[in-house]
Amino acid sequence: MNRARYERRKLNNTIFLLTSLLATAFGLSWLLAILGNLLISGITHINLDLFTKMTPPPPGEGGGLANAIVGSLIMSAIAVAIGTPVGILAGTWLAEYGRYSRFAQVVRSLNDILLSAPSIVIGLFVYELIVATTHHFSGFAGACALAFIVIPIVLRQTETMLLLVPNSLREATSALGAPTAFIVQRVIWRSARAGIITGVLLAIARISGETAPLLFTALNNAFWSTDLNAPMASVPVVIFQMAVSPYKGWHELAWAGALLITATVLLLSVIARIIGSEDKHR
Amino acid sequence: MNDSPSRAAPPRLETAVKAAGARRLERSNTLFRQLTFGSALLVLAIFVGMFCVLLYGAWPALHTFGVSFFTKSVWNPVTEKFGILALVYGTLVTSALAMLMALPVGVGIAVFLTEFCPRPLRRPIGISIELLAGIPSIIYGVWGLFVFAPFFQRTAQPFLVDVFADAPVLSSLFAGPPYGIGLFTASLILAIMILPLITAVTRDVFDTAPSVLKEAAYGLGCMTRETVWKVVIPYARAGVFGGAMLALGRALGETMAVTFVIGNAHRIKASLFAPATTISAAIANEFTEAVGDLYKSSLLAAGFFLLFITFVVLALAQLMLVQLEKRAGGMRV
Repeated sequence: MNRARYERRKLNNTIFLLTSLLATAFGLSWLLAILGNLLISGITHINLDLFTKMTPPPPGEGGGLANAIVGSLIMSAIAVAIGTPVGILAGTWLAEYGRYSRFAQVVRSLNDILLSAPSIVIGLFVYELIVATTHHFSGFAGACALAFIVIPIVLRQTETMLLLVPNSLREATSALGAPTAFIVQRVIWRSARAGIITGVLLAIARISGETAPLLFTALNNAFWSTDLNAPMASVPVVIFQMAVSPYKGWHELAWAGALLITATVLLLSVIARIIGSEDKHR
Repeated sequence: MNDSPSRAAPPRLETAVKAAGARRLERSNTLFRQLTFGSALLVLAIFVGMFCVLLYGAWPALHTFGVSFFTKSVWNPVTEKFGILALVYGTLVTSALAMLMALPVGVGIAVFLTEFCPRPLRRPIGISIELLAGIPSIIYGVWGLFVFAPFFQRTAQPFLVDVFADAPVLSSLFAGPPYGIGLFTASLILAIMILPLITAVTRDVFDTAPSVLKEAAYGLGCMTRETVWKVVIPYARAGVFGGAMLALGRALGETMAVTFVIGNAHRIKASLFAPATTISAAIANEFTEAVGDLYKSSLLAAGFFLLFITFVVLALAQLMLVQLEKRAGGMRV
């Protein structure tokens, strides 16, 4: 009787183990399939032309993504330049000044919601804010939309990292007579530097693949343009445009672009991870 | 020689310099504090501004159509009649189906990683899942359109239609011509996309279960399955729920992964294989080409509605996760 019960429990346990194993295999196989396909279909179209030639008109034979790559770089750079200081300063306020105040808690919660807010809604917001008021699409509007995505990521990471800095450091500097601003800038930021840089890298990784907020802010541009006041191409938007088109040449470029973006994102995440973990070992 | 006069003067000068320095230090100190506070205020302003600006843009449509904007599925740019019922239906069905598929698998992976997985494999699998969570959604969309949809159209779709042809309810769910794209495909791509997110959160919450509790369960003779079911999952329930809500919030607002494979049809069909559309897909596809103020405003209103529901879902998620954090922090084991 007892023996039979034990056997049943053992069987159940084995079934449970196999189910969880199966779930893991199932989940990982999808993800492997995506990465595998991406690599196989994209790698053959990665060549010098991709980085030196403009996006071709349909049907898209022999061209590259040069204007889109440059557009992405410009907009990402501006977004980081706007978003990082705001994120770091706001995160500093939450960690060093506000901390337990009610206002800080509200900002913290709203920031966490912004962190997962639909990016297309951010696109709509910037459209109404900038594009509708200036009456034209622009690279600057695209950069702003991306900046709104950078801010919550950097803020969250900065706050988390500053909270990890031991209080004894704050007390020691304070005992030497240093004012709070000095403590924060010269001691706290410095000891949390690796963590904050990790946050910025993660933010760059995130925005380098964002499509939805750029669709109707930066729009797209078939030609070389570095004018922030004009529509600007970006790799994700170009991929979108090319992938839904019926032209085979465009499809191939879309695959190449997709591989390029994924490689960039994964590389940035790995670098961020390495910097983050180095900090932990120290 | 002239020691004595100069000795009298410098201290006064020194204190004056010191006082000026202190004032400057204090001023920069206050300035820095205000600067950080201003940035925090800016985050609040962005959030509130987003709601207000979208509501402002949505107002013409909401004002013109009233309640029928949410209860009708008509979408006619020519006659300028708009109702977002079909969009909301598509959004809710794809998200619900995606959750249905991703939640068990995601939790299963988390169980495997925390309880069964051999130690040397734990880190590599965990890291690869976290990395995959960062892959941009457009990649999932491109893959879904070029690889999965044709494959699905050729193999699984005709098969499912045949198999369920005589089953009462299922026959209407799995019916219609195999397009490859549609509600079901979109849900599946969404599920794959939110899977790493669910796993990452669930694994973290499982890890917060105190090992003393688990050891106690094992000490009583529990097997791994019993420990997980009766100790770990009950302990981490709020966290798993929070993680699921977080994933749901992501799924509801996800644009690119869905836009590629949903088919962009403004109608409500019983069949899961039928093309449909979601709020985000409709905005992504139509907004730049929307001529006429009412058309634009209707899309903005749809966006506002999307923001509102994701806000509710994400706020709920936070409530759950914060509660768990408090308990984990308050519990000294």
